[in-house]
Amino acid sequence: MAELNYGLSELALEIRGMVREFAEARVKPVRAELDETGHFPTEILRELGKMDLMGLYIPTEYGGTFEGDSMPNLIAVEELSRICIGVSVSFAANGLGADPILLGASDEQKKKFLPPLASGEKWAAYALTEPNAGSDAGSIRTTAVKKGDKYVLNGTKQWITNGGEADIYTVFAVTDKNRGARGVSCFIVEKGTPGFSFGKKENKLGIRASATRELIFEDCEVPAANLIGREGTGFIWAMKTFDVSRPGIAAQAVGLAQGALDEAVAYAKVREQFGKPIIANQGLSWMLADMATKVETARALTYAVVQSIDRGVKDYSKFSAMCKVYASDVAMQVTTDAVQVFGGYGYMKEYPVEKMMRDAKILQIYEGTNQIQRDIIGLALNKEYGAAAKK
Amino acid sequence: MHIVVCVKQVPNTTQVRINPETNTLVRDGVESILNPFDENALEMALQLKEKHAGTKVTVLTMGPPQAAEVLKEAVGRGADAVTLLCDRAFAGSDTWATSYALSTAIRKMEPAPDLVLFGKQAIDGDTAQVGPGVADWLGLPCIAYARKIEIADGKAIVERNFEDGYEKLETSLPCALTVLKEANVPRMASLRGKMAAKKLALQPTTAEAVDADPAKLGLNASPTRVVKIFSPPPKTGGVKWQGEEPAVLAQRLADLLRERKLI
Repeated sequence: MAELNYGLSELALEIRGMVREFAEARVKPVRAELDETGHFPTEILRELGKMDLMGLYIPTEYGGTFEGDSMPNLIAVEELSRICIGVSVSFAANGLGADPILLGASDEQKKKFLPPLASGEKWAAYALTEPNAGSDAGSIRTTAVKKGDKYVLNGTKQWITNGGEADIYTVFAVTDKNRGARGVSCFIVEKGTPGFSFGKKENKLGIRASATRELIFEDCEVPAANLIGREGTGFIWAMKTFDVSRPGIAAQAVGLAQGALDEAVAYAKVREQFGKPIIANQGLSWMLADMATKVETARALTYAVVQSIDRGVKDYSKFSAMCKVYASDVAMQVTTDAVQVFGGYGYMKEYPVEKMMRDAKILQIYEGTNQIQRDIIGLALNKEYGAAAKK
Repeated sequence: MHIVVCVKQVPNTTQVRINPETNTLVRDGVESILNPFDENALEMALQLKEKHAGTKVTVLTMGPPQAAEVLKEAVGRGADAVTLLCDRAFAGSDTWATSYALSTAIRKMEPAPDLVLFGKQAIDGDTAQVGPGVADWLGLPCIAYARKIEIADGKAIVERNFEDGYEKLETSLPCALTVLKEANVPRMASLRGKMAAKKLALQPTTAEAVDADPAKLGLNASPTRVVKIFSPPPKTGGVKWQGEEPAVLAQRLADLLRERKLI
């Protein structure tokens, strides 16, 4: 298939080949079943760990293979997403959970917690959202009170991806009620810590293979050594995490949209009505052309953002939001159109496109709704143009 | 423990066609792969390695220089060492000569293997003879069609499959097995394995290096010859009756069978 040259490294191309083959061989045959049953893809993640693919974003000194190129991990997410984003989110949520550690933890903390994540022996999860703190993440109510060399956590986290399955959680809690977002701190909490339990697994519209659970903290004592950075820096790690993780959601969107496009074109070539393949109808081929154009545009923007971050561009918050919002809107449009191309068959569970359409919706919601992304872009514009006017 | 896995590079048979004019395989443009059953043998070795610390897995193949690719694949999956038997003297070897050649390479290995594994058969020749042949040259007990192995106290407990059941056998080590597809799901190569494979500088091992007797090698030493390869003719249609009463059709069938003296 013809493709653009994005100047990918040898490693990134190698990863693309490996994960594409893996997703076809191991994920495709089970994705419908995982969707139907909601079973967590434990075996798939274990195998990805054995293939050294769980540490693509972790620096080599902490057991991973990251040496400054973020594309291999991004492409691994994209290729898994092409087949199933229920699986790819379970994979990518490890990176999300580990990001506060990568960004803010001490060398000692990194040495302790990152190597088992890199090997795939342990999994991670990121715990910010609460029942009353979604888009308004600064209003979380989970508390952490210092007691000697420990912090005592109380509260409930909601809709935590990999909740119950992960071993290492980065949990945001309020250490100073009077300081708002500046009173939030981030803690590393290990599964099995007394007072830390899980609520029920959510029954979802899409990404049903992924595990989404409540985390419940009841007088849960966490070693003070597990505080990331200083007290009150938590919200900074939370937001910085999103700046680097949002292109990952965009990669999921690009992969999912590509997968839907692949299905739609293949079907349009073999489905015959009125004595000819439906792709021979201009109305339908133009629809496919628009889908393909959107997928490639979303890919180009996403890659450009990640490659720019790697090249040292500093103010990338706006661009991270742009690729997330754009690619996820594209994924929703393209998967919806793929169902349309399939017609009645597309609505049936025998074909994969209805699942893709259900799965796509979450991309416009999680890691900041697309409205929040637009807020971020708008705020940045306001700030940038304000600064320019002063000059 | 030292495990030797013998593998073969084969054409991907899902892509192979037979030239109807010459009755030979059309290999042009056909991708070469690691023989699928050998993947199961390699996986069995790698799982034993994970279970028994200090195990070394050596993968051996005989073939042209490009057969190095299957050895690289094996290293990618976790093989510790590889041997490429590659020499014009081996060219044209049938299963007898191939078995002999492989056995000479295995004899040279240090330490001597505790276990020699083969895939059930290669998907190109389909003979299933090389595994047992090598075992015979080496004087090893051989269990063909193995689906499971457990090793304890210097012995192997092996399950050998039949169409309608299985046998559980115990054998001393060293021994040889040919491994079935049912044994496991072969892993895919790891990233670090692939990197190691890329750096692999493979030196072919010659017939002389393994002290192979030239009189037992290659086409001339092979007691069998491939006379012809052909697609079996498609089944012809036979006779078909329909649309009449079952009793009438049954009578007609009985008459025909009687006429041909089949009943």
